[in-house]
Amino acid sequence: MAGPLAEAGTRIERAAPVNLTHLDALESESVFIMREVAAEFEHPVLLFSGGKDSIVLLRLAEKAFRPARFPFPIMHIDTGHNFPEVLDFRDRRVEELGERLIVASVQESIDKGRVKEEPGNPSRNRLQTTTLLDAILEHGFDSVFGGARRDEEKARAKERVFSLRDEFGQWEPKLQRPELWSLYNGKIRKGQHMRVFPISNWTEMDVWQYIEREELEVPSIYFAHERDVFRRDGMWLATSEFLPNGAEEQIQRMTVRYRTVGDMTCTGAVDSPAGNIADIILEVAAARITERGATRADDAFSETAMEDRKREGYF
Amino acid sequence: MDLLRFSTAGSVDDGKSTLIGRLLFDSKGIFEDQLAAIEKTSRRRGYNQVDLALLTDGLRAEREQGITIDVAYRYFATPRRKFIIADTPGHVQYTRNMVTGASTADLAIVLIDARKGVLEQSRRHAFIASLLGIPHLVVAVNKMDLVGYSEEVFDRIQDDFATWAQKLDVHDIQFIPISALHGDNVVTRSLAMTWYQGPSLLYHLEHVYIGSDRNLIDARFPVQWVIRPQTDEHHDYRGYAGQVAAGVFRKGDEVTVLPSGKRTRIARIETQDGELESAAPPMSVSILLEDEIDISRGDMICRPHNQPTMANELDAMLCWMADAPFREGGRYLLKHTTRTVKAVVDDLRYRMDVNTLHRDQDSAELSLNEIGRVRLRTSGPLLLDPYEVSRTTGGFILIDETSFDTVGAGMVIQAGPEQQQMSEEDIAESLAA
Ligand SMILES: Nc1nc2c(ncn2[C@@H]2O[C@H](COP(=O)(O)OP(=O)(O)O)[C@@H](O)[C@H]2O)c(=O)[nH]1
Repeated sequence: MAGPLAEAGTRIERAAPVNLTHLDALESESVFIMREVAAEFEHPVLLFSGGKDSIVLLRLAEKAFRPARFPFPIMHIDTGHNFPEVLDFRDRRVEELGERLIVASVQESIDKGRVKEEPGNPSRNRLQTTTLLDAILEHGFDSVFGGARRDEEKARAKERVFSLRDEFGQWEPKLQRPELWSLYNGKIRKGQHMRVFPISNWTEMDVWQYIEREELEVPSIYFAHERDVFRRDGMWLATSEFLPNGAEEQIQRMTVRYRTVGDMTCTGAVDSPAGNIADIILEVAAARITERGATRADDAFSETAMEDRKREGYF
Repeated sequence: MDLLRFSTAGSVDDGKSTLIGRLLFDSKGIFEDQLAAIEKTSRRRGYNQVDLALLTDGLRAEREQGITIDVAYRYFATPRRKFIIADTPGHVQYTRNMVTGASTADLAIVLIDARKGVLEQSRRHAFIASLLGIPHLVVAVNKMDLVGYSEEVFDRIQDDFATWAQKLDVHDIQFIPISALHGDNVVTRSLAMTWYQGPSLLYHLEHVYIGSDRNLIDARFPVQWVIRPQTDEHHDYRGYAGQVAAGVFRKGDEVTVLPSGKRTRIARIETQDGELESAAPPMSVSILLEDEIDISRGDMICRPHNQPTMANELDAMLCWMADAPFREGGRYLLKHTTRTVKAVVDDLRYRMDVNTLHRDQDSAELSLNEIGRVRLRTSGPLLLDPYEVSRTTGGFILIDETSFDTVGAGMVIQAGPEQQQMSEEDIAESLAA
């Protein structure tokens, strides 16, 4: 052991501050949150959709837990209405990481009669909630990581990082726990579970900048490609077996890309030539329409659409 | 580009939502579809201009009552900085939300209506900012257009506020005359107030120096999680993972691990991206030590000659956040850094009137949104610093033992047995002097 002199000698050097960029600060906060969950819960799970936000979550999990394995499995809620590119990507990514993947299928929930498809509404976004809650129960998960961000939508702006859910997965805005400093309260009672959003404080821009910095692969549908689309409710939707176009709706071949990855039947493409991450960042910087507004048909229902669905246990 | 977190507080109708809407709008932090939605709502309500305030009113209940009732987080960026706004409601009923928003802020904006001057609630907002240890305060005197952009009005408010603020523990106060509605001095300097020589609000937010706000002296590393891969490749690997709370850690440093008091040296500091020479707050890293000692979550790595106080008794300022009152004899869970213990209330020393800063020594309880000085005893030792030394190792929350709700937020004034603190000048003393 060194004497007191050695210690005194390092004093001056110590004053040198280390400058952190905004991405460093955000990353550090997210890693802290993930480790808190690993330490305070018995059975966490990380939801992975194949989209950019959950891709960032996976990288943050590596930062938090490597060189060990993740102390939780990865789960995909499969609507059955996937972009095939996204499924390929999912399997490849999980394989590279060497982690465990659980797939919970909406189609199975339908087959088992747990949920019913609404006639005339091809979107399975609402149905996902039941599949998710059933999977949480079946596997005994007590905490679920999601990639939601507060800048996505008004109701999310007020949601906590640790968001308590009751047995029905419901979010009760009035009963949220105060969240101070970085002291997250991970105590739950039987039947409750915690939704945890490690990238709450990230914006769409931060996510793309981080993807660029970390050189993360994203599914090809994020980049400009040619696709058959038609116009519905002010959005460009892809034709597919799940979503036939109506007689009035003319199919066009266009160069498009996606800003979010979701159920094919309600995720709109944007008319964009952006072919790489740098282009996307420029586009986001100039974008004048929020991500959800541009690409999610289900949010446009009512001014409070998101809040209503969250109360029902949606992410 | 770095990150600045700020909170905003103002009384109802002071123009807080308008100001935030303006900042987001002028810095392109809001989008066409959001704008279209609030235009529609404004029209439906018969307003003759777009109410930017609608942007920040998120929840249904708030829309119904027309007031902000919870902390909402907002984001915008300029080429210089990314900003996180904790938008908090100003009414005394929502003190707990203000405290929550203030807990992580580097800077607080207190809004004052130029026509009304410094009111009781403006003082409360500033007091909470100071109690929560926010280093920088901006007093934005709003609605200057309604007082003819008068320099006298602004000066009077500034003098009023500055005199009173001497009681507070805030060292950097910037006064800015603005009109949130018309944009004067929000993003660009106002042509209507050429007598004002200072920066616009946004310029100030972009340039205020926060580099020295971090404590880089008192090295504190609460162990959060132990990384043990247990693979052949990493057979004996033990990484103590956590976020640096204060001070700087360097490879080779001699360290003491508390509560055991064992000494060793830092062998390596790692992240997934490789080894680091040093780590400072708020970096999340793994520390590997030269000697194998038994360390688990809740332990703290620090320097041999600079340690926190290990104690199971403490004095603190407490903000009460639950409907059921806080009383002497009450039992709670207490979470401090990565350690959770049981706590019992020995004494409620006084309740503080957050408007007048008067201390009521006879009070028997704290009710929702009240703040007081308390003495607690815990079931196990905590590794404590005064809150003014470090927000991370000086802050704690109380959790209800049965509902598990977060019911209180505490700031350590003094750790350890009672005698010691008699001679101490504490935060509350100087605040109420
Ligand atoms: N004339 C004038 N009116 C303002 C100004 N800022 C806000 N207002 C108005 O004051 C009222 C209350 O503003 P709001 O932002 O909702 O206040 P909040 O309750 O603090 O969020 C609204 O009618 C605003 O249009 C200002 O700088 N000048």
